[in-house]
Amino acid sequence: MSAALAFAPGDLVRVRDDYPPGHIRTPIYVRGKVGRVTRHFGSFGNPELLAYRLTGPKEELYEVRFLQRDLWDDYKGSERDSVDLDLYRNWLEKI
Amino acid sequence: MRGPHDVGGLPEGPIDAKPHDLSFWEKQIDGLRGVIGGKGIVTTHENRRYVEGLGDDAYESLTYYERWTAALSRQMVEKGILTQAEIDARVRDVRARLAASGELESETAGKAP
Amino acid sequence: MPHDHHDHDDDHHHAHDHAPPQPDDKVHSYYQILGIALKELLVEKGVVTAGEVRAAIEKRDQTTPAFGAKVVAKAWSDPIFRIRLLTNANAAVAELGFPMTTTQLVAVENSEDVHNVVVCTLCSCYPRELLGLPPAWYKSRAYRARIVQEPRAVLAEFGTHLTDKVEVRVHDSTADMRYLVVPQQPAGTEGLSEDELAALITRDSMIGVTEVNWSA
Repeated sequence: MSAALAFAPGDLVRVRDDYPPGHIRTPIYVRGKVGRVTRHFGSFGNPELLAYRLTGPKEELYEVRFLQRDLWDDYKGSERDSVDLDLYRNWLEKI
Repeated sequence: MRGPHDVGGLPEGPIDAKPHDLSFWEKQIDGLRGVIGGKGIVTTHENRRYVEGLGDDAYESLTYYERWTAALSRQMVEKGILTQAEIDARVRDVRARLAASGELESETAGKAP
Repeated sequence: MPHDHHDHDDDHHHAHDHAPPQPDDKVHSYYQILGIALKELLVEKGVVTAGEVRAAIEKRDQTTPAFGAKVVAKAWSDPIFRIRLLTNANAAVAELGFPMTTTQLVAVENSEDVHNVVVCTLCSCYPRELLGLPPAWYKSRAYRARIVQEPRAVLAEFGTHLTDKVEVRVHDSTADMRYLVVPQQPAGTEGLSEDELAALITRDSMIGVTEVNWSA
C-alpha cells in the first residue's frame, strides 16, 4: 500500500455533513457521523464526475464501519451491531 | 438535498417478499440497458443519475423497470441518438398495433401519463 | 433455453416464446410501450442489434443463484479457496467460471459472532454475476429504508432470529463494490459433497436475510 493513502484501517473518520445537489453516493444517514476505517479498497473513478461523463482524479475508496447506536438515537439491538459502507475519500475527514 | 432514491433510515412498513417473476418487457429493458452500457453509450453512473433525476413523483410512482425505461428514453434524447418526436410517434404506432391484436389490457391502457 | 427463430420484430409475441402467457401479459403501462418503442428504434438505427439484446436476456436468464451457491459450497469444502475468496473475491469467482464484469466483489463470512446482510440503499447494487437479477423485495423502498436502521426486525420478518451475542453487520453497497454473504455451514453437513452442499444454499442466505438450514 502506498504511504500516500489518506487513511489506514483503525482510523476514526467523520463523514462530511454537506448536502449539495448532484449525484452523490454517500447516503444521507451517515453524513456527519463518525465511523472507523476497516479497509482500503483501492482507487476508483469518482461517481460524482462519471455520472456527468466528466473525468478527474481517481478517489480512494474505503470501507467504513459505523456502530448502529451512533447512527440512530433509539437503536434496538446489540451494542456491537454495525453498518459498513464503501465511501470515497472526498467525503471523509480524519478526526 | 435528499434525492428520492436516498431512503436509508426512513420510516417504512413491512417488506413485501412475494416473488415477482419478471415479465418479458422488463427483461428486455434490462437487456437493452446492458447492451447500451456494454457499448459505452450510457454508463451505470449516468443511468443512476437519470433514474434519481426523474423527479420525486415519478421515482415513487413508477416500478423499477418503468424508471429505467423513462431514464433510457431521456438519455437517448439528450445524447441526440433519438428525437422525442420519433419516440412519441413510435409509441403511438406500437400502441395501435397492440390494440389491433387485442393485447392491451383495457381501452385506456398504455396511454401517456 | 429454446431459441425461437421466427420474426423478432414483434416483441410482445416474442415474449410468448419464452414463457407461457401470464395474467399480467397484457400491456397496461405506457412505459411498457415506451420500452418496446425504444428497442425498435435503437435496432432500426443500428445502435443495437436484436441479437445482442436477445443474447443479453438469455445470459441473464441463465445466471442464477446456483452460481453463488457453487462458490459458497467450494469455500465450505476447500479451506484454501475460502481464504482466496475472502481476500481476493474477483479472482476466486473467476476461477470457478463466474467472472465479475465491471465491479469488485467482497465476500463476507458469517460466524458464531457476526451475521452479515447486504443492501443497496441508494439503488439496487447486487452481485448479478453470482445471483442473477435481484428479487423485487431487495429493490423495494421498504427493505432499503429499514435494513440499515432496524436490521433485526427485518431479519425476523424473513424468519431469522439472532441473539444479542451475534453482531449484525449490514453492508450498504454504494457504487463500485458488490457483496456476497458466505453463510455459516450447518453442523452435520461436513460429509456432504460440494454439489450436495450447493443444493442447500439459497439466494436469500447469500444476501444474508436467512441462514442455511439442514436436517439429516
